[in-house]
Amino acid sequence: MKFSLGAIQYYWPKNTVLKFYDGVAASDIDIVYLGETVCSKRRELNLQDYLDIAFKLREAGKQVCLSTMTLLESPALLREMARYIDNGEFVIEANDIGAVQLAQERNLPFIAGPAINCYNQHTLKYLVNSGLKRWVMPVELSRDWLKTLLEQEVVRDIRSCFETEVFAFGHLPLAWSARCFTARSEDRQKDQCELCCINYPKGREVHSQDGKQVFVLNGIQTQSGQRYNLINDLPSMHRLVDIVRLSPEPEGTLDWLDRFRENIRGKHPVKLAAGDSNGYWNRLAGMLTVET
Amino acid sequence: MELLCPAGSLPALKAAINQGADAVYVGLRGDTNARHFAGLNLAGSGLDEAVAYTHKHGRKIHVAINTFAHTDGWERWQKSVDTAVRAGADVLILADISLLAYAHDRYPKVEKHLSVQASATNPAAIDFYRNLGISRVVLPRVLSMQQVKSLARISDMPLEVFAFGSLCIMAEGRCYLSSYMTGESPNTAGVCSPAAYVRWDEKADGSLESRLNGVMIDRFNADENAGYPTLCKGRFQVGNDLYNVLEEPTSLNTLELLPELFNEGIASLKIEGRQRSPAYVEKITRVWRQAIDAVQEDPQRFRVKDEWNQVLNSLSEGSQTTLGAYHRKWK
Repeated sequence: MKFSLGAIQYYWPKNTVLKFYDGVAASDIDIVYLGETVCSKRRELNLQDYLDIAFKLREAGKQVCLSTMTLLESPALLREMARYIDNGEFVIEANDIGAVQLAQERNLPFIAGPAINCYNQHTLKYLVNSGLKRWVMPVELSRDWLKTLLEQEVVRDIRSCFETEVFAFGHLPLAWSARCFTARSEDRQKDQCELCCINYPKGREVHSQDGKQVFVLNGIQTQSGQRYNLINDLPSMHRLVDIVRLSPEPEGTLDWLDRFRENIRGKHPVKLAAGDSNGYWNRLAGMLTVET
Repeated sequence: MELLCPAGSLPALKAAINQGADAVYVGLRGDTNARHFAGLNLAGSGLDEAVAYTHKHGRKIHVAINTFAHTDGWERWQKSVDTAVRAGADVLILADISLLAYAHDRYPKVEKHLSVQASATNPAAIDFYRNLGISRVVLPRVLSMQQVKSLARISDMPLEVFAFGSLCIMAEGRCYLSSYMTGESPNTAGVCSPAAYVRWDEKADGSLESRLNGVMIDRFNADENAGYPTLCKGRFQVGNDLYNVLEEPTSLNTLELLPELFNEGIASLKIEGRQRSPAYVEKITRVWRQAIDAVQEDPQRFRVKDEWNQVLNSLSEGSQTTLGAYHRKWK
């Protein structure tokens, strides 16, 4: 079982990002995804900055992948995405089917990110035939769903052609919109957002009127109010999940990596915090938690 | 420019046809379509009758099979495609890659449209699905008019846009908010904020609280109209502010964009609402038929009539309408 760090979902200042990846280079993470996947207006780092980080991480022994934008609303964004895909060094994580198309046209392998709608064995096989090398399951799917899918004959035949990855820690990316909810929360229009996301390194919390945290606003993305945490579910991933993904949070992400590693066999379970959930993996509503 | 109207039942379908819809779209009973509600959708002889009625009037019938097929029971989706084709559907509306591939292979001559649930917003995505035999794309409601225009000019793929009805503010097919709260989402179950999880609590002071699987979505004073707790339209707290954090209860209405949509050669205008009553479908279709006829006759002199908006507003969520993402300021 390998561990990966997903692309940073939030908008952090460049120096914060560089410092974060200095720590990552020194950690024992196996795979790192780099890139802006949420909002094209976030330009603290450009492609060259990400490539510079990518080379450093590769020298430190990490496998590096470049993550592409999730919601592509204009031709300019498509051109930008093509530059990521044409980087010539690193495999890309496609978060929109358009990225799959561009990779396929170039005969390049790709990783299907969690926002690609692959829900069944035949779709997975189609994508494998198109060049998929790794499949990050949609966040709303469960262990049972994954297990059933991998047991299908059409998948068993090609199981050696791809890896499986599961989003296992962090606030879940649940929706993308044309609207910027962070700008809206400051009573600004998206066109005049002044990149206010940078003031919220872990997004903005949304509470119900009786005080329960329901969502996190992260620009055009809406995340889960609960932090998804499958640390105690790791033993149930054996033989199903090749790579376990942690999503960067402003604090303590690499400490969690250590805890995850220690609990691969379930020997060092961690008591989940009130704000943690593991519902989706256990075939429940995503916000719910079961003791495992 | 086609007027494409929703039909959750045979009476709704007849109402749409009688009021001048060029085409109607329906779902099959069960969870293979994105409006999987009790008592809704067609099956068996109902589907046959729907096809017969539609064709007798020289119109087209589209069948939406637009949830994502489950691994377990994939054949159910496959059979839905077979059933729709055998019944004589003119068009299949599909989102799942595996079903598109199946339909392309098995029924190459049947017209296939890419469902909004596939969330194709750019030319590269459209090219991907073009290889799977689609001949029209239904655009997600996240694009602005400017973006719709630029896509219409870059791509030779015929485009269909949502013209009126409930407003999804998230990119369709990539929204898991509903399964996060209830375990059931549009992608996996064909539902959003399903009624089985809704609870209303009336308080002593006359106020009303709406909950979805226990989570408070909104709280209404005695003098407020209480809307259905669709989770993205609730009032929540951010910082010190209590407001509709994601979206107000409102409906999409693009009447005033009609000349622009017409000039860009948009192939079809879709009216949302298979879950609506025949009376609703009848009134909406009548208005949009008149509006489309007017714009086709003379796009330059087209004016939105007050009476049209009065009808549409009266049928809208929260009695208000918006241009949604078509209008940049909405974002």
